[in-house]
Amino acid sequence: MSDVYIVGVDMIKFGRFPDRTVPSLAAEAALMALDDAGLSIKDMQGLYCGNLGQASGMVGQRMLAEIGQTGIPVTNVANACATGATAFRDAWMSIKAGLHDLVLAVGVEQMGKGLLGGGGGVSTEGLIGSGTMPSMFAHIGNEHTRKYGTTFEQFAKVSVKNHHHSTMNPKSMYQMETPLEQVMQAEMISFPNTKLMCSVNVDGSAAAVLASEKTVKRLGLMDRAVRIRCSTMSSNPFEDRQMAMPDFSGATRLGARVAYEAAGVGPEDINLIELHDCFATAELVHYENLGICAPGEAGRLIDEGITALGGKVPVNVSGGLLSKGHPLGATGIANIYEVATHLRGTAGQRQVEGARLGLTHVVGGGPGMGTACAIHILEKA
Amino acid sequence: MTTDTQTPLLTPFLKRGDDGTPYLAASRCDACGEIFVGERQICAKCCARGQMKPVRLAETGKLYAYTLVHRSFPGVKTPFVDVVVDLDDGAHLKGTLTDIEPSLDALHFDMPVKIAYREVVPANAGGQAYLSYVFVPA
Ligand SMILES: [Zn+2]
Repeated sequence: MSDVYIVGVDMIKFGRFPDRTVPSLAAEAALMALDDAGLSIKDMQGLYCGNLGQASGMVGQRMLAEIGQTGIPVTNVANACATGATAFRDAWMSIKAGLHDLVLAVGVEQMGKGLLGGGGGVSTEGLIGSGTMPSMFAHIGNEHTRKYGTTFEQFAKVSVKNHHHSTMNPKSMYQMETPLEQVMQAEMISFPNTKLMCSVNVDGSAAAVLASEKTVKRLGLMDRAVRIRCSTMSSNPFEDRQMAMPDFSGATRLGARVAYEAAGVGPEDINLIELHDCFATAELVHYENLGICAPGEAGRLIDEGITALGGKVPVNVSGGLLSKGHPLGATGIANIYEVATHLRGTAGQRQVEGARLGLTHVVGGGPGMGTACAIHILEKA
Repeated sequence: MTTDTQTPLLTPFLKRGDDGTPYLAASRCDACGEIFVGERQICAKCCARGQMKPVRLAETGKLYAYTLVHRSFPGVKTPFVDVVVDLDDGAHLKGTLTDIEPSLDALHFDMPVKIAYREVVPANAGGQAYLSYVFVPA
């Protein structure tokens, strides 16, 4: 079966844009991705639009109202932190299925500031533990400490690394160095996650134009194209402690296994990874879930700089969710933009030299909700 | 313990027995043995239907994971200790560990804890008291 390619991809600089609308943010990224491909909205045969905050608000159609109503099928997608990646995967599937040759995928989010989590009704916060995201991911880090002795300092080093990476990314929300002492002494939110170890709530959008192989060849776009080696999704398989602590590892491990098999590669073949560092604790756990090290070795990887730019498997060279920012619905496509940019060799100062294969990972969900995980392996065409 | 039976219950799996004694409702799958917090009909682990039996959760267990929560939603008193407990019947339950210094020095993996039932006032309930469960050191 023929492959599907990315022929245009871009993201806006993440930030806070309270005066903008969600469709206008989506439209900006969509036009950037179309321009990157040298194509028009008139060339698109379908649109998959990911957004969480206005999930029932027909964001895709409203975006087309801003950039051109051609009557193409629009699918609006919501899937927790995997929303953008799900839209991308749906676009991929529509081409894989032979329905379309050129499809647009967009992810967009406009966020408030502050803590995420909780829910409606009488609050149990503080009375039956905590429902905040930092607390959930504190437990996940603490479980790693319990099993392997991982330290507060090792978790904090993730944040030092990703903030450092972001100083080389002009599209990141922040571009600032955060030395280890600064990270560890920042306001404690839920131990061991300090404020600088929590992802940044920002507004953002990202978009990609996907094309069938024959269309890439017909349009002469192969020199800028990125091959999608696999697109996989998983939900949370049953885990024993899932009712007490939401599980993001089972879905990631399952998704990774399927992804490597589908792509016919192994974790040792991957040159860079953008993974879901919603909290510093999450990044270390996902090193193991994605198979880039054995269980218990994540602390060593961060200590030895193996996942820093210049190391064997750079992780989150964009700055990650911790510094680039985490506009929920946009994050999945922004990760794909980052990896695609390296595969094209146009990442500038933060370029991972000689990158041929990259992996993107997002995983989201919440207490009592379950997990959505999406993994893509991309290859220089 | 018995409590004022007029006090509303904070979470659906917290119940009162016929004599007013609070307990935590659970379901045990006869097909695979998994215990789920709360009432349910089908097993999420083995997919068996019609095999769930109502049981009461064990009230003793060991600390599996913890965090000290310093920042929470408006009106919630911090710091507090948010824990995951492995109950002695094999179930797993999240909750607040109280009657202990909210400090890392006081917390140890596998420390024994037990369930107690207390009246609490949620941050957004206009001062209304609810009956809830907490963990306390055993
Ligand atoms: Zn069962």
